[in-house]
Amino acid sequence: MMLQTDIAVIGAGPAGANAALAAARQGFSVMLLDEQPLPGGQVWRAKSTAILDAPATPEGDAGDRLRQSVKRSSVTYAGDARVWQIEPVEGAWQLHMLKGGRTAPLRARALVIATGAREFVQPVPGWTTPGVLGLAGATALFKQELALPGKRIIVSGTGPLVFYVAAEIRRLGGEVAAVVTPNSQGDWLRVLPAMLPRPDLLMRGARWIADLMASGVPIHWRHAVTRVEGGSRVRGVGFRKLAPDWSPIGTSQGLEGDSLCLGNGLIPAVEAAQLAGVALAYHPELGGWVPRHDEDGATDVPGVFICGDSAGIRGAAAAEIHGRLAGLCAAQHLGADTRKERKQLRPIHARAARFGTTMTALSIPRAGLAQLTTEETVICRCESLTRSAIAAEIAGGARSSNAVKSGLRAGMGACGGKFCQTTVARMIAAADGRAEADVPPPTPRPPLRPVPVSVLAGDFEYSDLPIPKPAPL
Amino acid sequence: MRLVPDHSGRIRRSALVEFTFDDAPVKGHAGESLAVALIRAGHLHLRDAPEDGAPRGAFCCMGLCQECVIGIDGLAVESCREIVAPGLVVTSFRGRA
Repeated sequence: MMLQTDIAVIGAGPAGANAALAAARQGFSVMLLDEQPLPGGQVWRAKSTAILDAPATPEGDAGDRLRQSVKRSSVTYAGDARVWQIEPVEGAWQLHMLKGGRTAPLRARALVIATGAREFVQPVPGWTTPGVLGLAGATALFKQELALPGKRIIVSGTGPLVFYVAAEIRRLGGEVAAVVTPNSQGDWLRVLPAMLPRPDLLMRGARWIADLMASGVPIHWRHAVTRVEGGSRVRGVGFRKLAPDWSPIGTSQGLEGDSLCLGNGLIPAVEAAQLAGVALAYHPELGGWVPRHDEDGATDVPGVFICGDSAGIRGAAAAEIHGRLAGLCAAQHLGADTRKERKQLRPIHARAARFGTTMTALSIPRAGLAQLTTEETVICRCESLTRSAIAAEIAGGARSSNAVKSGLRAGMGACGGKFCQTTVARMIAAADGRAEADVPPPTPRPPLRPVPVSVLAGDFEYSDLPIPKPAPL
Repeated sequence: MRLVPDHSGRIRRSALVEFTFDDAPVKGHAGESLAVALIRAGHLHLRDAPEDGAPRGAFCCMGLCQECVIGIDGLAVESCREIVAPGLVVTSFRGRA
């Protein structure tokens, strides 16, 4: 017996969950998969069972609404499920997922990919020190556990996320040592007109910044953390003023703190789409390499649809609508007529995407930030490869992400290259004076997530898997 | 003056339970992520990088980077995706490179 569904959706954030709901409303059986226990994605991550009661937040409420919608629908949700392989089999898509310590196949007639994003962190000396977390990573602790990475926390990075993280640290009772951000106040003033259609978000952001200023927390505009001190745990950081292109200038100043949240924008998580055979296109304004897709999320591969941040960083509000579009598109592929509803959704999506891409533009690192990665800085965390080691490999003839990967194992470690490949690709491009668009990411290989050998060797029982509910008539 | 209220006093958590980390007793709230319980107890250094032995700890907090991997029942697992339970025996990957 093979687990079967009309439509499989990978990722249950605002995009994937809404894709699943939209497709299920068209009468198809839908299976929604996510590696978290509950739907919500990173942006609306659910609280753990250790939290018995806590004040409401906009993110928590939005996530609860989404989780309720999925629960009340005919969508079958499989949580704690990690998809590690995607392959075409007999005209359908076969997914292999790891769930409950076992791996099992799932066959679907159409596939919606909503794998979201991961964080880009420009490596600086000491960024591997325990106590350094990604900015987005820190929000996972806040949302899931209402916990902090330390007591006196330095917050450093680009875009609106630094201010959200700083505000959450203060809301959860921690001390923000300082906010260090490459953006200038002028950068923010320039995007104010684009933010006016979302006065709620504009006011919320203004409140975060006003709170820091009223409480005497230093905000170092147009600065970046350039090194982390401490060795086996964070003791403090050095930071420097940046030029308009974000290259470091001026003398280093010091800050004390016991942890650092560090991030420089989001990158679409495209590996699942690549495995399904979707070609990539380079769109720096959307976060880099993006699976080719039309405005409704249809890709060049029949039966494969993509939505949300994994189709380009446009933010949660746009992802909700994009998910509905992609879900309806998948339904259309299986015979439903969803053209009218999609036509109505497109302008709503375009409006939400305009706000989202404005925030993306603030978050994308400018060229000079690459200079923070010194010769001795570890770039590939898994294999402890420094910039100079990777530069030597490139100088020795490695002219592609694949060549650096096979020659040096940069990107072949446990993380699968998720935290080094962007930096490595930019080094290759810079070495040859080529455009970043000429240096695509490495060819993805399964498993998409680590799979224990014992699981691959062992067998599984179908009775451990959820059986999809029949679609409503 | 605060414009962002301090909510820390209004959060109610599950009961504390005890587990061990490299034989040292650690308390965590039942059901919370192991990485969070370890951070709260001051155990930030969870493993040594295999190539240069440098100290590492939780980084991406979403199951991608593999930096927070610890040992449970002989398996290497991500502490950000494991859950605190009473009596859990957790080992670090420090000093084993």
